[in-house]
Amino acid sequence: MSNELREHLIRLFESNIRLDGRKFTDYRPVKVEVNVTNTAEGSARVMIGKTDVIAGVKVEVMEPYPDTPDEGSIMVGAELLPLSSAEFELGPPGQKAIELARVVDRGIRESKCLDFKKLYIKEGEKAWMIVVDICTINDAGNLLDASSLAAIASLRNTTFPEYKDDKIDYKKKTNKKLELKDIPLSVTVIKIGDKFLVDPDSDEEKAIDTRLTVASLSDGTLCALQKGGDYPLTSEDIAKMVDIGIEKGKELRKLVK
Amino acid sequence: MSKINVNDKDIVIPGEVLAVGMDNFPGAGSYREGDNIIASRLGLVQLDGRTIKLIPLSGRYIPKNYDTIIGKVVDVNMNGWRLDTNSPYSAMLSMKEATSQFIARGADLTKFYDIGDYVSCKVINVTSQKLVDVTMKGMGLRKLRGGRVIQAASNKVPRIVGKEGSMISMIKDATKCNMMVGQNGLVWISGTPEGELLAVEAIRKIEEESHLSGLTDKIKEFLEQKNKSIVK
Repeated sequence: MSNELREHLIRLFESNIRLDGRKFTDYRPVKVEVNVTNTAEGSARVMIGKTDVIAGVKVEVMEPYPDTPDEGSIMVGAELLPLSSAEFELGPPGQKAIELARVVDRGIRESKCLDFKKLYIKEGEKAWMIVVDICTINDAGNLLDASSLAAIASLRNTTFPEYKDDKIDYKKKTNKKLELKDIPLSVTVIKIGDKFLVDPDSDEEKAIDTRLTVASLSDGTLCALQKGGDYPLTSEDIAKMVDIGIEKGKELRKLVK
Repeated sequence: MSKINVNDKDIVIPGEVLAVGMDNFPGAGSYREGDNIIASRLGLVQLDGRTIKLIPLSGRYIPKNYDTIIGKVVDVNMNGWRLDTNSPYSAMLSMKEATSQFIARGADLTKFYDIGDYVSCKVINVTSQKLVDVTMKGMGLRKLRGGRVIQAASNKVPRIVGKEGSMISMIKDATKCNMMVGQNGLVWISGTPEGELLAVEAIRKIEEESHLSGLTDKIKEFLEQKNKSIVK
């Protein structure tokens, strides 16, 4: 990370302006498209500025985990495609991809929006497994928020395929929708110097001190947090960042509805 | 029998046969295969006497001798710095060519240029294997402190600079920014926050409308309009 860039950013922040002219708590234009693929049971494409992410949902039938015999489950995987950034390589998922998948997973899982008990088919033997796959098309910063938005938008548009005689027919779609009680959304708040920002672009991401990903529900309930970056945060910092996160989450939620 | 298949200012695609026969020579962007002269990139034909040249319309920057470029330090070696040149080939800035200052034996080279720093430099040698050497000895070649570096298309650089630097000096005046354009498409801008944003916007506009005539007037109008709204 170049210190020149960081110093320049901080100089800009003094006059309340960001590198691309936005205010501190402004998102770039956010666009959400749903049902972008035919083969997935639910899908969504989210564009935040030039960042571009596609999420797809497949539903599978599997044996429930032994400790929760009457529950289905959710699994989130993320792939950072080499075409989306010069920094991403082919091969097994790295730290960044795993963190991305886990943050999205946790945001949805801990919100308890998805009732796992409703996903079982036959106790101890069969249950639905919801598999969310996230692919990055272009990384221009803030993959975390884009992915979480894409994941939740695709889950909301998921319909179950036909299930008969222990077999899934993916070609036949039913009207049964995946039920979600609320829309959990993640907003990443970053700290550079003593300023709090949302939706960092690639340059700002390089100059990050700390980041806090705040997942919240529509009534402002906090469901998950993830901290990254090298610097510590005080409790006042966290309180401020959570407030910003919940506030921005409310704005983003309008786009999914 | 020799024959030229194209006219001046035609748009050609890679692989297109431009001419047949030995009466013509392949210039930049074209090559000879047997009797044929074939285009190697997307571009505009320029017939220059018996030479057939192409003005590229797309593609990456390829380092060329005597080009002034903006490089980003990606590695610090024992004997110099490796620069990313916004091209497929990285450049080597040797200690000897880096500064007029005295560098003591075993000195910490990151004191001069550290990883992530941007420098303006000049290409002094490109081998056939595309090993690139650059120098920082010369007028205006220095480390770029502060400001931001943006990426523009390298084949639009002549448009951004304008005739004898007319376009770039107009943008500099209107935005009160310090600017430097590298032949490799990197542009360094430093000034007030508003000025920098306006300069970036102007460069993006030039890139979009570079094929239209009267570009300088259009950009002038655009800058004046924007400046008025800032004053308000």
